[in-house]
Amino acid sequence: MSPELLLVQALNGLQFGILLFLVAAGLTLVFGVMDFINLAHGVQYMLGAYFGASLAAATGSFWLGLLLALPAALLAGLVLEFLVFRHLYDRDHLAQVLATFGVILFLNEGVKLVWGAAPLQMPIPALLEGGVALMPGLQYPIYRLGIIGAGLATALLLWFLVDRTRAGMLVRAGATNPEMVSALGVDIRRLFTLVFGFGAMLAGFAGVMAAPILSVEPGMGDTPLILAFVVIVIGGIGSIRGAFVAALLVGLIDTLGRAAMPDLMRLFLAPSPARQAGAAIASMLVYILMAAFLAFRPAGLFPVRTG
Amino acid sequence: MTTPRLDRRQLLATAAAFGLAAPHVARAQAQAVKIGLVAVLTGPQAALGTQLRDGFQQGLRHLDGKLGGRPAEVIVIDDELKPDVAVTKVRAALERDKVDFVVGVVFSNILQAVFRPVTETNTFLISTNAGASTFAGRGCNPFFFTTSYNNDQVHAAMGQVAQDEGYRRVFILVPNYQAGRDAAAGFKSRFKGEVVDEVYVPLTQLDFSADLAKIAAARPDALFTFMPGGLGVNLVRQYRQAGLANIPFLSTFTVDEATLPAQGEAALGFLHAAPWAPNMDNEQNRRFVRDFEAQYNYVPATYAAQSYDGAMLLDSAIRKVDGNLADKAALRRALEAADFRSVRGNFRFGPNHYPVQDFWLCRVARRPDGKFQTEAVRKVLENNADPHVGECRMRPA
Repeated sequence: MSPELLLVQALNGLQFGILLFLVAAGLTLVFGVMDFINLAHGVQYMLGAYFGASLAAATGSFWLGLLLALPAALLAGLVLEFLVFRHLYDRDHLAQVLATFGVILFLNEGVKLVWGAAPLQMPIPALLEGGVALMPGLQYPIYRLGIIGAGLATALLLWFLVDRTRAGMLVRAGATNPEMVSALGVDIRRLFTLVFGFGAMLAGFAGVMAAPILSVEPGMGDTPLILAFVVIVIGGIGSIRGAFVAALLVGLIDTLGRAAMPDLMRLFLAPSPARQAGAAIASMLVYILMAAFLAFRPAGLFPVRTG
Repeated sequence: MTTPRLDRRQLLATAAAFGLAAPHVARAQAQAVKIGLVAVLTGPQAALGTQLRDGFQQGLRHLDGKLGGRPAEVIVIDDELKPDVAVTKVRAALERDKVDFVVGVVFSNILQAVFRPVTETNTFLISTNAGASTFAGRGCNPFFFTTSYNNDQVHAAMGQVAQDEGYRRVFILVPNYQAGRDAAAGFKSRFKGEVVDEVYVPLTQLDFSADLAKIAAARPDALFTFMPGGLGVNLVRQYRQAGLANIPFLSTFTVDEATLPAQGEAALGFLHAAPWAPNMDNEQNRRFVRDFEAQYNYVPATYAAQSYDGAMLLDSAIRKVDGNLADKAALRRALEAADFRSVRGNFRFGPNHYPVQDFWLCRVARRPDGKFQTEAVRKVLENNADPHVGECRMRPA
């Protein structure tokens, strides 16, 4: 592998990780603060993408689509919270998993009724069109650099909100010991709603950002959801910092693994089985990593809960 | 409200009357030919099933809702792309609804699942898309027909294109599952040049950037890929965004009218192989495409065209036997005759009940009305029979 190719692959991994972070950040907040397993987080990502794509088509502008999709995603999250999730906070995890899984099925079919079964597309904004030649023959799309920038900015904003504001302090306190926070007179329900709406908006933001490079279709949130769970398990449930580091780790390992594993396997195997075995092992790597964390460091990279 | 209020006695009486009347209704409807139309209508691949269903319905519309002169009744079955669900629903259609034919099926794994339940009841199964190799060779069956193709033929046609164009070094990118490996093998059956690299990606892959970087580094003469559904949407757009579009994009089931609305301009000029394209110049096809678009407001893909042909095939066969579906041997001969005008022009069945037909190189183009479609460029394989036909020993029905 040439140095340029390695650089490009590292950049690919970074960008994939950033996208994962945007999905996982909301999930880890909701799971960490509210102890609520929200499988429907992936469909909120999907809704964001659908809102973005259809609003961009309606207004003729990516930026307007993005701007309008955020409140739409927030609203959708709040409606879901009010209708469904609010009634599940006091239930056990199994009830939460069942109900939010139902929401996945419901909304995956719902978007099909509204937008049809065929995938949609969202154009790349003119400002971020084109690419930079990082290696001969390959244009690295500027839009992907834009995703990296937007993700880093979001991470910075989240750090500020969680570490430097009063609401953030409550969120951290809520993640560590919710009973105590409640006993101190904080309206924990309102805090939950706030966190939940914000998480939904983050997922929606990730969906809009992904829409120009990925196909917007029913069920598009299911794969990122699984990876987001991997990320928050590795990072430590409830920790934004953990989600950030773990998302980058997962993105890099997944991408570099897929780039290098088939070549590595060729050292031991004939070319054809090496390619297939390499591809299979590469797609397992992040789950192996998660299993290792669960075995040796179950609280994750940055544990939050005091237990 | 003017509805008269019924007391319980009256209700019972009415119900009894309906119960008594039911056999008459059933006898009157026995004149109708019942079709179980199997398609995936929910989940990520629903766009393909919708195409298939609408194509068949358009065929019926052109036939005034009749098949061979008898009124047709279609029972639409959503297989949900789950083999167990498909079997349960198809069994119910066979036993409860007493369907005369089972038609449709988008995916090979669903076809594998419903194959025995249908054919073992001596009911004709007409696949209008899934073209598994399993039933083309040793597994061929007198009660099974397909109006589509055998998968291997399509990939082989693309291999022939690469060979004809004189490409020396081709990069292969396919998903890591059975159909993906078959695609690579089918392509290589006719492409004799060097395969620079073969990359297998997981079926759930969203981001192809790592593979695109590999392609750029390998600098092949062309790329061959098979990425159905959403995989193809992602690949095509990312391929264009990465500035790789100057490397010819040879594909099967990756750019078609079901995915083009989402791929749009990114797919312009990309190549695919198929037995049919919307711009095929024959009267039957012009009528099909025009009326289909007027009815459903989208461009038909092969799934729709092959189902339309399926309806025409059934019509021709039922007409040939004067609507008598009891004589299975006669009905089978009538189906084998394929005495209808296909939207593809050339169409006949080989001894294994798979079509012997032409395969075309097609290119994605933008129509004057702004919509995208694939357009036939040139004929790649003529009167092509699938590679398994020799192994088929068709037993009498």
